[in-house]
Amino acid sequence: MKRDMHFMTKKIKFSRILIHLFLISYAITCLFPLLWMISTSLKSTSEVYTNKSLIPQSLNFENYIKAWTEGNFSIYFTNSVIYTISIVLGIVIVSTLAAYAFARLNFPFKNIIYYAFLMMMLIPIPGAFVPLYVLLVKLGIQNTRIGYILPMINSGLSVSIFILKEFFEQIPKELEESAVIDGCSKFQVYYRIMFPLALPAISTIVIFNALSAWNEYILAAVNFTDPNKMPVQQGLFIFQGQYFTRYELLMAATTITTLPIIIIYLSMQKYIVRSLTGAIKG
Amino acid sequence: MRKFIDKIENFIFVIPALAFFITFSIYPLFKTFQMSFYQWDGITKNMIFVGFKNYIDAFKDPIWLKSIKNGFILSFLALIFMNSIAFLLAILVNSGIKGAKFYRVIFYIPPILSGIVVGYIWKWIYDPNFGILNGLLDILNLSHFKRPWLSDVNTALISVSIASMWQGVGGSFILFLAGLQGIPEDLFEASRVDGATFWQQFFYITIPLMSRTLMIVSILTILGAMQLLTIVIPLTNGGPGFETEVPALRIYKEAFSSYKFGYATALSVLLGIMLFIISLIQIKLRKVD
Repeated sequence: MKRDMHFMTKKIKFSRILIHLFLISYAITCLFPLLWMISTSLKSTSEVYTNKSLIPQSLNFENYIKAWTEGNFSIYFTNSVIYTISIVLGIVIVSTLAAYAFARLNFPFKNIIYYAFLMMMLIPIPGAFVPLYVLLVKLGIQNTRIGYILPMINSGLSVSIFILKEFFEQIPKELEESAVIDGCSKFQVYYRIMFPLALPAISTIVIFNALSAWNEYILAAVNFTDPNKMPVQQGLFIFQGQYFTRYELLMAATTITTLPIIIIYLSMQKYIVRSLTGAIKG
Repeated sequence: MRKFIDKIENFIFVIPALAFFITFSIYPLFKTFQMSFYQWDGITKNMIFVGFKNYIDAFKDPIWLKSIKNGFILSFLALIFMNSIAFLLAILVNSGIKGAKFYRVIFYIPPILSGIVVGYIWKWIYDPNFGILNGLLDILNLSHFKRPWLSDVNTALISVSIASMWQGVGGSFILFLAGLQGIPEDLFEASRVDGATFWQQFFYITIPLMSRTLMIVSILTILGAMQLLTIVIPLTNGGPGFETEVPALRIYKEAFSSYKFGYATALSVLLGIMLFIISLIQIKLRKVD
């Protein structure tokens, strides 16, 4: 009997090791392409084509300087920062206002309007960039910053309103009622009480919309022809030559593009995983 | 009267959202249907009504049909391989081992990257002359397997699929993990007391209780694979020839390279209807059993 138990624990230990081996090998699969990108970005031009090692012979930070200055990445990066902040700010303001009204206030056609938003979230509309381009040209804002920011705000609205409405509905009504008795107007209730209370949900919205705004490419490609207004994702294409690509510069540029995302992700991963796992319950 | 003013006041809160929604969602949707009945280059005022011609043309367009076929192949590969790996990873991470949080954080890194970045990294990995994949085959003495992965007609689509699955595993993994964590632990306890084996638990507890999650993840996988776009542009841009054309890339090129805006929007409508049916069929199928 005792021997049996011993055998069992040994077996469990063995299977644990196998599980870890499998998970670690998959973790390496996830990370290797990124490490290879960083490694390439630090190699010299000749080394890129000769040295297959993950560790560069010397650290060539010049690639980053070249990508930043000659590759105009300083401009693209600044543009992406401007777009991401404007888009996220716009989404937060517009979606909290609407979600508060859907959760708490009464107005005509409330349910119809809310379901229209939900439908937009659930039904995919492929190729929406074609009519959007036509619309931007018609409005005279194609190839302008605002012509990019406005449709991008819209693309984040429905999901954000959905998340916020659910959150607002869980906040006890007593808080608002006592504020109204104290003489607060509806708008004051919104920005003094509901907005601060919704900060956990708002932070989720900020993170996800920031990631998707930073990573967006198609609408930018449709909208911008002026290189001075392009975001990073569009800027990456300048490193690809017709016949020949300078991979050490391209990989330096992709590293610059990816770094802010990885930093946000690692510092906020608690929020990210929690809200993702929350998405499927309910 | 007071009540009426109240309701108007309330309505002000949704006006900004509604304005965005009507301008950038409803109007383009309406415009897509309208444009699909015209022949138009997107620039001039010269719009010619052609009825259903664009739709009829689509069914005779070998490149469009090829892109739809590729979309199905990509969906199929992702459903089978990407989701199996993701499901296995989720079960292992959920098995009570140490470091579960660490694995969870690492596995979700690829999904947060942009399609353009992932496309370029993999393009470099697949590079025929200096890429690490062919380099590795040299080192392993498997040089006869070396090939220009993205420009060989036999491997181009598979190579694109692998790059996109590498990015997609983490998304399915997180959803599976959430589903597994929703299964009450005492179900496993009770079955263990009754002498159930691991596989019995898997088939009689895990799978049935995960059916909702499996459905959601499958729908999302198909919708994602059928709409694949950004990652393909840096990788192959549809080439070699039309080997890796995908539906969304066809729409993009028909509009912005061929200036056939009417035709491009007709393709949008067709793809949109298809995706809508796919999600409906799946929901219906699951409700029956």
